[in-house]
Amino acid sequence: MSEILLEARGVTKRFGGLVALNDVNFTLESGSIASIIGPNGAGKTTLFNVFTGFYAPESGEVLVGGRSIVGLTPDRITALGVCRTFQNIRLFKNMTVLENVLVGAHTRVALRFWDVVARTPAFAREEGAALDRIGRLLDLVGLRGKENDLARNLPYGDQRRLEIARALGSDPRVLLLDEPTAGMTQGESRALMDFLRRLIRDLGLTILLIEHNMRVVMEVSDRVTVLDYGEKIAEGRAAEVQRNARVIEAYLGRGRAAGGAVTP
Amino acid sequence: MDWQLVLAILPQVVIDGLVLGFMYALIALGYTMVYGVLELINFAHSEIFMVGGFVGVEILLSLQSHGWLGRINPFVALILIVLAGMVVAGLLAVAVERIAYRPLRSAPRLIPLISAIGVSFFLQDAVRLTESLWRNAFYLTYPSFAVLNRRIELGQSIDFSVKSIVVIAASLAMLVALQFLVKRTRLGRAIRAVAEDQPTASLMGVNVNRIIALTFLIGGAMGGAAGVLFGVQYNTINPFTGFIPGIKAFTAAVLGGIGNIPGAMVGGLVLGLLEAFAASYLSLFTGGAFGAEYKDIFAFSILILILIFRPRGLLGEVVRERA
Repeated sequence: MSEILLEARGVTKRFGGLVALNDVNFTLESGSIASIIGPNGAGKTTLFNVFTGFYAPESGEVLVGGRSIVGLTPDRITALGVCRTFQNIRLFKNMTVLENVLVGAHTRVALRFWDVVARTPAFAREEGAALDRIGRLLDLVGLRGKENDLARNLPYGDQRRLEIARALGSDPRVLLLDEPTAGMTQGESRALMDFLRRLIRDLGLTILLIEHNMRVVMEVSDRVTVLDYGEKIAEGRAAEVQRNARVIEAYLGRGRAAGGAVTP
Repeated sequence: MDWQLVLAILPQVVIDGLVLGFMYALIALGYTMVYGVLELINFAHSEIFMVGGFVGVEILLSLQSHGWLGRINPFVALILIVLAGMVVAGLLAVAVERIAYRPLRSAPRLIPLISAIGVSFFLQDAVRLTESLWRNAFYLTYPSFAVLNRRIELGQSIDFSVKSIVVIAASLAMLVALQFLVKRTRLGRAIRAVAEDQPTASLMGVNVNRIIALTFLIGGAMGGAAGVLFGVQYNTINPFTGFIPGIKAFTAAVLGGIGNIPGAMVGGLVLGLLEAFAASYLSLFTGGAFGAEYKDIFAFSILILILIFRPRGLLGEVVRERA
C-alpha cells in the first residue's frame, strides 16, 4: 500500500451556528487522483481551506506526510508540498505569466537579496534552475511564448491553466484543484483530464479535485468522497459511489432516490 | 510681464522644484508601499522621516564635538549619515508595524488609522523629550559643509548649491534601486503579490507577515534617507518637522495613485515642481497680487483639479480587485 500524503482525522469546522465540516475523516494516497463531490454548500471548499491552513479546524487533525499542520500558516503548508487552485480564478492579475509562476515558486528559490543585487553565482544557479523548471511547466500547460503577457489579459482557459502552473511552481506533492473544469467545454475538460493524468505520471504528483462535472469525476478518479451538509456520506471507487443510495438522495432529493444511478 | 526674467530664472526654479519633488517622492514611497500591502494610511510615516533627520544631525553633532567633522570627507560623512538614517528609520518603521499595527490587522480599518495617529504623536514627543534631556534643545541645526554649500553659477541669474545636486542624485539613485527591487527581485514580486491579494499570496507560499515587515523596512528606510537629505538641504530640524513634508508627500502619493510605486515618484515630482513654480512665478504672473506665500494654495488647487478629473490619481488607472 502506498504512502498516505494527506489525511484529515475527525475534522470539524463551524462558522457561528453552521457546521461546515462535521467529524470528517479523509485519506489521500500518493500517486492517486481523488475527487470530492457533493451538492453546493456541502463543505468541499471549506475542506480545501482547512487542508491549506486558511482555516483552522475547531477540532480534529490534518496531517501532511504524517505531520500535523494544524496551526501552521498557509505559506508553511505550501512549503510542505500542498498547493491549490481556486474555483473563482485568483491570479495576480497585474503581474505577468512568468511572475505569477515565480511567486508560486517563492518557497523553492532560496535567494538572499544580495544574491540578486550582486548577481552572485548562487543567483545564476538558483534563478537559472527555477527558470528552467518554470519553462518546462509553461510548456506543460501550453503557455510558452506568453511569459510576458499580463495575467489579466489572458483568455479564460489560459487563466485556468496559469493557475495550475502557478500552483505547480511551488513544486507540490499534493495539488488541490477547486473545480478546474468550471466554464470549460466538454472537449476542454477532457484535455485537462489528460493533462492531469500526465502530471501524475511525469511529476509523480497526487491530485485532489473538487468537481461538479460528473463525467470528469467518474472518468478520472481513483477514489471519490461525497460530502453533504459537512458530513462524509460515502467514499469509494467511482462506480460504487455512483450507486450509493445516500449519494443519489443527496443529489436528487429523497423523493426521486428510487430510480437509477447518478448520471451526468 | 517680463518674459525675459521668467525664462532667465526657469532653470533655477526647475532645480528647486526637483529637490523638493524628489524629497516628496522618497517620502511618498513609504505611504504608497504600506497602503499597497495593508490599505493603511501610515500617518506615523512623517515621524519616521523626522527621526531619520535627527539621526543625521546627531551623528554630525557628535562628530563635531569630537572635532572629527573637519577631518572627514564631507561626501563620506553624507553617505554615512544617509545610511545610518535609513537603518534607524527602517528598523523603527518595522517596530511600529509590529507593535502598533499587526495586533490590529483584523480590526476595522479605522482602528489602525487611529493607532497610526497615536504613534505619530508618541514619536514627536519621544524625540522632543530625549533631545530636551540630552541637548537641552530640540530645534537642532545641521553642521554645514563648505563644499556642499558652494554654489555653482551658470550665467548671471542661475546658481544652485552643490547639495541640491547631491539631494537630487541621491534620491534618483534610491528610486532607481527601489524600482529594480520591486520589478526584478523575488522580494519585489512577493511585495506585489501581497499587495494584490494577500490570502492568495499566502496560499502560494509567501510569508505575508515577513513581507509586510520588509515593506515597512524599505518604506521607512526611504523616509529616513529623505529626513537626512531634508536636514542637509534646509539645515534645521525639530520634532514637528515631519508634519508638512509628510502631508505633502501623502498628497503626492494620492496624486500619483495611492498604492502605485511609480505613481508616488511622479506625484512627488509634480507636486515639488508645482510648488517651486508657484513660489517663483506667482507674484510675477499676478503683478504682485499673490506672493510666494500662496504657493501651497496654488499647488493644492491644481491637485484638487487633477483629482476631480482623475480620481484614481495620475498613474492610478489600474483598478485593484479584491475577492
